[in-house]
Amino acid sequence: MTEHTEQTESCGFEPKIMAFVCNWCTYAGADLAGTSRMEYRPNVRIIKLPCTGRIDPLFIIKAFENGADGVLVSGCHPGDCHYTTGNYHARRRWIGFKNLMEFTGIDMRRLHFSWVSASEAIKWVDLINGITDEIKKIGPFMEYKGLKEKASL
Amino acid sequence: MPRIGVFVCQCGNNIAATVDTKKVAEEMKNLPGVVFACDYKFMCSSPGQDMLKNAIKDNKLDGVIVSACSPHMHEKTFRKACESAGLNPYQCEITNIREQCSWVHHDKTKKAGTLKSADLTRMTIERLKKNKPLAKIKIPVKKKAIVIGGGIAGIQAALDIAEGGVDVIIVEKEPSIGGNMARLSETFPTMDCSQCILTPKMVEAELHERITLYTYSEIEKVDGYIGNFTVQIRRKSKYVDEERCTGCGECIEKCPFKVDSAFELGMTKRKVIYTPFPQSVPNVPVIDAPNCTKIQKDKCGVCAIVCGPKCIDFKMEDKIVTVEAGAIIVATGYQLMPNERFGEYGYGRIKDVISGMQFERLASASGPTGGEIKRPSDGKVPRSVVFIQCAGSRDEKKGVSYCSKVCCMYTAKHTMLYSHKVHHGQSYVFYMDIRAGGKRYEEFVRRAIEHDNAMYLRGRVSRVYERDGKVLVQGADTLSGNQVEIEADMVVLATAIISRDGADTLAQKLSIGYDKYKFYNEYHPKLKPVETVTAGIFLAGTCMGPMDIPDSVAQGSAAASKVLSLFSADEMTREPITAIVNKVTCNSCWDCLTACPYSAIERDAVKNRQGVITKWLAKVNEGVCQGCGVCVAACRSKSIDLRGYTDEQVFAAINAF
Repeated sequence: MTEHTEQTESCGFEPKIMAFVCNWCTYAGADLAGTSRMEYRPNVRIIKLPCTGRIDPLFIIKAFENGADGVLVSGCHPGDCHYTTGNYHARRRWIGFKNLMEFTGIDMRRLHFSWVSASEAIKWVDLINGITDEIKKIGPFMEYKGLKEKASL
Repeated sequence: MPRIGVFVCQCGNNIAATVDTKKVAEEMKNLPGVVFACDYKFMCSSPGQDMLKNAIKDNKLDGVIVSACSPHMHEKTFRKACESAGLNPYQCEITNIREQCSWVHHDKTKKAGTLKSADLTRMTIERLKKNKPLAKIKIPVKKKAIVIGGGIAGIQAALDIAEGGVDVIIVEKEPSIGGNMARLSETFPTMDCSQCILTPKMVEAELHERITLYTYSEIEKVDGYIGNFTVQIRRKSKYVDEERCTGCGECIEKCPFKVDSAFELGMTKRKVIYTPFPQSVPNVPVIDAPNCTKIQKDKCGVCAIVCGPKCIDFKMEDKIVTVEAGAIIVATGYQLMPNERFGEYGYGRIKDVISGMQFERLASASGPTGGEIKRPSDGKVPRSVVFIQCAGSRDEKKGVSYCSKVCCMYTAKHTMLYSHKVHHGQSYVFYMDIRAGGKRYEEFVRRAIEHDNAMYLRGRVSRVYERDGKVLVQGADTLSGNQVEIEADMVVLATAIISRDGADTLAQKLSIGYDKYKFYNEYHPKLKPVETVTAGIFLAGTCMGPMDIPDSVAQGSAAASKVLSLFSADEMTREPITAIVNKVTCNSCWDCLTACPYSAIERDAVKNRQGVITKWLAKVNEGVCQGCGVCVAACRSKSIDLRGYTDEQVFAAINAF
């Protein structure tokens, strides 16, 4: 946690959201939102990967461990994967992993999975705004942070 | 300790308006490992790049962060600059603080933008600390090309490649090359005869020492990757020895059986041993096995008796030929929407309702009527002809939603041909809009209306029916607001251009994309019009969508130039973003092998000192690997990593979050 976030937290809760996106569809879609000068909430930090199929479920756990209040995974639509089938692997892993996360008691409103193509800048904007507002409502993700502090003691 | 330099770009005011770039740079200076940080107006300008290069040398930097626009914009630029300053290009990373920060967060107080830029830059710095220098991969290129489809686009592509000194194979499904263009009578807007301009090119392709024709052949299987494809081609049995056949035609003459000619669209018969049309290239007949009594029932065999060089072999079987090639051009063309779809226009009930392509055959000098316009029912010369445009095109409910692009032009051409051949005839055209965009196209349509008396009626046809030997066409003339009924002797439908049957199966073999109409997708509709997402596979002509002859030819040449530039070097370089196996921890579960979309993972034998295989381990073929990383996430023992996106790098970025 940096001093910045602490400052903003004092004047109202600003969630931190980590997005794991693929290079070809969602990253390009987010770029398009920029080139089209759309506006969305500044709470998201993107990590670019070649494909959603590259995403190890551990990345998501690590993100929560490091203070994320929400995590988004986004890639090409089914059938549109740059690597033909990478996003199917991501989807299958997601289905299994989602249940596990739910079982461990993580509020599923904090964890999102979506398809955003390179031309869907509007969808990206709506998605980020929606997730940010939702997480603002449910508040910071204290359970996990608490666990981490306990572990470090 | 690493020595990292951070360069924050202001991009004029594009970034600086909502991000305090100076503050970001100052903050980065405090991070361990960062020895240099600054901001600058335009990092991508040449003074900006010079500053970067000098800073690398002066501060002995071993890593560079440029916080600027999207890496899709200038990653290459900055990596090149780093390389010229002696730094490994993969030690340079870009933070996207323009498209994904300053342009989307409009907060003029710069608070949110600065905070996010600093966060993103810090994450990239931590990631960079785990980077390893990488070297570009070099792959040998097999200088041979395969062109799938021997229509005009394919022929043009093959000729251009062959002229460039590279061997080409044309794989054509039909017994002759030529494609749909061989069927046309004249071509718009110049009215030169299609055969006259096409056949010289067909012959040139046949005689060119660098072109091999595989006619009556289809693609069976495609393996490999750019520069190194292995393609299996099924050479369907012609039952005629191509090498020995002289093309005398004696067998065709003596064959006693006739069936409908597919080339003539059923308007005439052909023999069971046949060449599709007189100028076929190669001029070698094939036996239509399902209809041949010798092959089916072992009766007849006349062709083999009369054949002088004895080149007919009824026992001939399909052959699978394996070819290694560096690039593939797909030019499989189009077909027309079957006439059977147009019941409301009387097709099937009324013999004198034909398609535009059938009209081409009627008008063609080599066609079933020798170029005279005679209607199919009784062979009379039609005194009036109704042309119905957009039969299936621009009709989402019954046909396809797109415009078939060439129908307006060829219908105008048909009215001209008709008026030239039948002097007192009257032609009527029902149209929705006239789309005549192209050099000399609009003038051509005007000529049909003004000089050749074609009556253009704007509106749709509701019904076509028969009464007293006449075909009656009912429709609306929306310009006058009246219902019209026209007595016609013949009706010609401008049927929609659709993708070929089996276009999707071929696309799956090649792993290229296609749209909902099964037309192939180009990589980028504007900037990469002949490339596909699969490197080394290019497109040309109407397999991508409706287009006219000049466009198809231009694309054939464009695809050929792409192939030639690929072949201009003996080796090609590739980005080194590939997977790598840790042989110590790999436990041969083969999850990676099943996950890989490219079959890039092989079983590699590990031998002991005696040369006995002790175990098998996964191994990545760097030439095939596209760097998607699916195997990395699939590996249970964490034994595969992706160069450029290693677990270490990603975790470092997450930890700095």
